[in-house]
Amino acid sequence: MSAEDVIYEAGHDDADAYADSYDTSDGRVFTLSGGDWDTVTPPSEGEKERIVVNMGPQHPSTHGVLRLILELEGETVTETRCGIGYLHTGIEKNMEYRTWTQGVTFVTRMDYLSPFFNETAYCLAVEKLLGVTEEIPDRASTIRVMMMELNRISSHLVALATGGMELGALTAMIFGFRERELLLDIFEMVTGLRMNSAYVRPGGVAQDVTDDQINRIRETLPLLKKRLKDTSDLLVDNAIWMGRTVGIGYLDLASCMALGITGPILRSTGLPHDLRKSQPYCGYENYEFEVQTTDTCDVYGRFLIRIGEMHESIKIVEQALDRLRPGPVMIEDKKIGWPARLSIGSDGQGNSPEHIKEIMTESMEALIHHFKLVTEGFRVPAGQVYAAIESPRGELGAHVVSTGGTRPYRVHFRDPSFNNLQSTAAMCDGSMVSDVIAAVASIDPVMGGVDR
Amino acid sequence: MTDQTPVTPAEAGLEVAAHVTTPARTIELEVVGVRHGAFGAEDGGDTSGFGGLVAPIVMPGPTLPPYGDWFDDAAEEIALALADHGLPMTTAVEKVVVYRGEITFVVRREHLLTFVTALRDEPALRFEMCMGVSGVHFPDDRGRELHAVYPFLSITHNRRVRVEVTCPDNDRHIPSIVSVYPANDWHERETYDFFGIIFDGHPSLTRIEMPDDWLGHPQRKDYPLGGIPVEYKGAEVPPPDERRAYS
Repeated sequence: MSAEDVIYEAGHDDADAYADSYDTSDGRVFTLSGGDWDTVTPPSEGEKERIVVNMGPQHPSTHGVLRLILELEGETVTETRCGIGYLHTGIEKNMEYRTWTQGVTFVTRMDYLSPFFNETAYCLAVEKLLGVTEEIPDRASTIRVMMMELNRISSHLVALATGGMELGALTAMIFGFRERELLLDIFEMVTGLRMNSAYVRPGGVAQDVTDDQINRIRETLPLLKKRLKDTSDLLVDNAIWMGRTVGIGYLDLASCMALGITGPILRSTGLPHDLRKSQPYCGYENYEFEVQTTDTCDVYGRFLIRIGEMHESIKIVEQALDRLRPGPVMIEDKKIGWPARLSIGSDGQGNSPEHIKEIMTESMEALIHHFKLVTEGFRVPAGQVYAAIESPRGELGAHVVSTGGTRPYRVHFRDPSFNNLQSTAAMCDGSMVSDVIAAVASIDPVMGGVDR
Repeated sequence: MTDQTPVTPAEAGLEVAAHVTTPARTIELEVVGVRHGAFGAEDGGDTSGFGGLVAPIVMPGPTLPPYGDWFDDAAEEIALALADHGLPMTTAVEKVVVYRGEITFVVRREHLLTFVTALRDEPALRFEMCMGVSGVHFPDDRGRELHAVYPFLSITHNRRVRVEVTCPDNDRHIPSIVSVYPANDWHERETYDFFGIIFDGHPSLTRIEMPDDWLGHPQRKDYPLGGIPVEYKGAEVPPPDERRAYS
């Protein structure tokens, strides 16, 4: 007897609790008769009713496909759990089947609101394994810093915008996304893409920035400053905003340490821990900026920190623009550096005509070199390293293992969103349902990074 | 190459290459596998000769003291702290690897909890944060196929160390450090999910990224990537894990 027969037989024998059915000449027809509430056993005497509410994974205020499983007693949350994994895409596994350079295209899609951070963390790790950290051209490092800081502003703007939307401050959302558009325009101008740019490559960056582009960025910054002020004026002293955020989502320093929390949440406890200061990379030791802290340990404090960090980021971008000196943007080592430059022709972006001319008509060796490096890639000495940078959400670490081949043996990202989401229960248990929204918004998880 | 039987490091006659004698003592190299060929030409037609290459995959081997920088201080403090627990350094730590400016303590799994407790509690060490755990699978590293790698950060001293623990594939147990570093709760679940390492003592070791009823552990090397061939202008492009690879 097949499995279908068993089901069919069972359906015949006893009435289905969920559906009525009757036979027709075309076969059996089932009619859904509603819920199964009459079959649910009521709680026994003295036992309290537990209400478990699933918030998400499709819910406008859970910040992406985060699923919150809340146990409620009236309006009070007694237990919080997070369900994640809805955006798991196997990026780490996929990278093991591509060359080291192709890996950038994958990592940029992880935490999609801060692509340049993912790329830089990965490239710093690969460069460390190659032992070429010191040979990365200054201009490339400066461009990386500039792009990362612009990216930090755009990421914080989304945190602000979505956080505002979730708490009902719709103007904050409109403002946040409007300002972010200015930055996405810069990303598009410099890299060719608004998101998922794959711009930072092992050895440098994919493309130089032109003087025109530098001027455009310079022109954008004052407008950005003015608009950021509008946004902060709108919220900083706003009684309703403060009523929803002050004293909410409390997490003190000891809890942060125990839970491995980094980024704005850690800095909202008053600890000025910032990897850009404590373990500088990409030349951050040469920039002047303040680490933003508050000592309120709450959602409002984290909001103030993000506002402050955006202004500090603008300061860093201005310094980076001043520090840009003409020079190469890719490592000199021809065995690592990407052979071609991009340029825009009548049919879109592609390899520059000079390079095509060289490999196709002038130098057979250059053609072979180009072919080998693009198809086979370079080899990275066996070993493992961990490179960490300060992303908008905290410590973004890349654990990269090589066995000496042309492909990564294992890449693991310690994404700050993944780690910080663990604090949801500590922040929310015992609070109101509405405060859960505020607390999660202040963690600012990006599910692409959480699930990878 | 496909007609050949798989070659293990020992069979390849690599024992000789697997030891390097220095005046101080013999260092055993970390051979984790064997690489065949060079250009991925395994399907005949290879006249270059490179297809016959057999080379051991050697990871950076143990470092002997002095390690340099602040590493010596830290190692000494760890040894003292372990001594307080009645545990000699040589018993707890299999070896120390210093590579690319980073120090790794390869700790025997039965002593992991004592070791990380010392890292956290000793004032001279004070590694307040564990930055999770990442797994690595070396199918040819017999008896130590699965590696768990823990990065630690000390904000007080602004230092990082890495702790590595191995376990054999047929006994995939490593003690959980969630009781010492609660931050590792989700990270250990993730490593269990992807590698099948069972972290003993974890409060609820369940899958976190894959669905609860998923079979297998996707990040292991014996788990295929999957994928379907794609047709493009009449030609068929095989899925990524079946394409020719430069080994």
